[in-house]
Amino acid sequence: MPVKVNTAGLATTIQDLGRPGYYHLGIPIGGAMDRLALRAANLLVGNGENAAALEAVFMGPELEFTEDATVAVTGGELPPKLDGEPRETWTSFRVKSGQVLSFDYLRAGARAYIAISGGIATPPALGSRSTYAIGALGGVGGRAIQPGDALPLGPQDEATAEGRSLPADLRRAPGNPAELRVLPGLYWHRITEASGRNFFTDSWKVAPEADRMGYRFQGGRALEFVDREPPFGAGSDPSNITDACYPYGSIQVPSGAEPIVLHRDAVSGGGYFMLGTVISADMDFIGQLQPHTETKFVKVNMHTALAARRSRAQTLDQIRAALS
Amino acid sequence: MPTSEIRTPLPGTFYRKPAPDQPAYKEPGDQVAKGDVIGLVEVMKSFHEIRSDVDGVVKAFLAENEDPISPGQVLVEVET
Repeated sequence: MPVKVNTAGLATTIQDLGRPGYYHLGIPIGGAMDRLALRAANLLVGNGENAAALEAVFMGPELEFTEDATVAVTGGELPPKLDGEPRETWTSFRVKSGQVLSFDYLRAGARAYIAISGGIATPPALGSRSTYAIGALGGVGGRAIQPGDALPLGPQDEATAEGRSLPADLRRAPGNPAELRVLPGLYWHRITEASGRNFFTDSWKVAPEADRMGYRFQGGRALEFVDREPPFGAGSDPSNITDACYPYGSIQVPSGAEPIVLHRDAVSGGGYFMLGTVISADMDFIGQLQPHTETKFVKVNMHTALAARRSRAQTLDQIRAALS
Repeated sequence: MPTSEIRTPLPGTFYRKPAPDQPAYKEPGDQVAKGDVIGLVEVMKSFHEIRSDVDGVVKAFLAENEDPISPGQVLVEVET
């Protein structure tokens, strides 16, 4: 029995952990912008970590249930209300058939994950239910949910107990100002030493354009490039390169003005130089940044990046242990 | 007269006019009807209209043109 969508929110999409394996064909991994929050939401309601849930950005949908289920809302602080009564975030609660789930104003973060026991059972596309709207793949007909949609649920194993809650120290969220650790990349030599220092000392702010494809930042000083003869195939703009692959997290700076960090719905290649890459351990944080959030980029080396990745993996193990 | 508050559900940049070369949707003292647009919020490469949910008279704008805004912030006070 499906969940009915009364109102959809801004751009609420069905997301799981994404569709790896097609990036070389231009199809990004997609999936939850904040992967740890999605995993936690699923574990709270007794789902597998890769089950499809709703990713609500900035504002929540209104959902009407037509069967009993267990729900958990994680990620950004988007307070759930059940028939108007407040419920806790990061905590599982029971919903009865006929009840309506809605949300208060977002208090912190940017994206909330709404997991429902059984998981959302829309048809997978290329092995994933994640919505990739630009490519019209996954989700409901390849798009964000809309009023009138009926979201099918998978079979529920057993009624999951309500009141399961993730300890506060395991709820990962960016600081304020947010700090994103960056490993300088292959094209670092294209900018002057002074520009390289400025990039890490300046304060940046998230631009309103930021979305699932990329997060744009503004407010820092423009980059100065080292003079060169444009290589074959690159344009005359000093931020252009001969086309190359774009890693997730890579930071392109068109014309040296505003850095863009590519995220889960990234394009896979193009002709902008990349300053470096936000380390994998900090990618979830980006998904929780509201427009205008003050952000600092912090230079790290590979050793620190790998240690941060191990630390994040340990946090995931602790989340699993806490919710097993 | 009782005062009603119009809040933004979205973060982003607030605009009081439909385009840079056009007048503001509403000024203090203007009549406002339920459903009237009072401003725009720019976020994620699109513009979202903010509408009044009451009838009344605009008392004050608490956010100015091009201000950064957060969810739940009061944009306009309306005397009803």
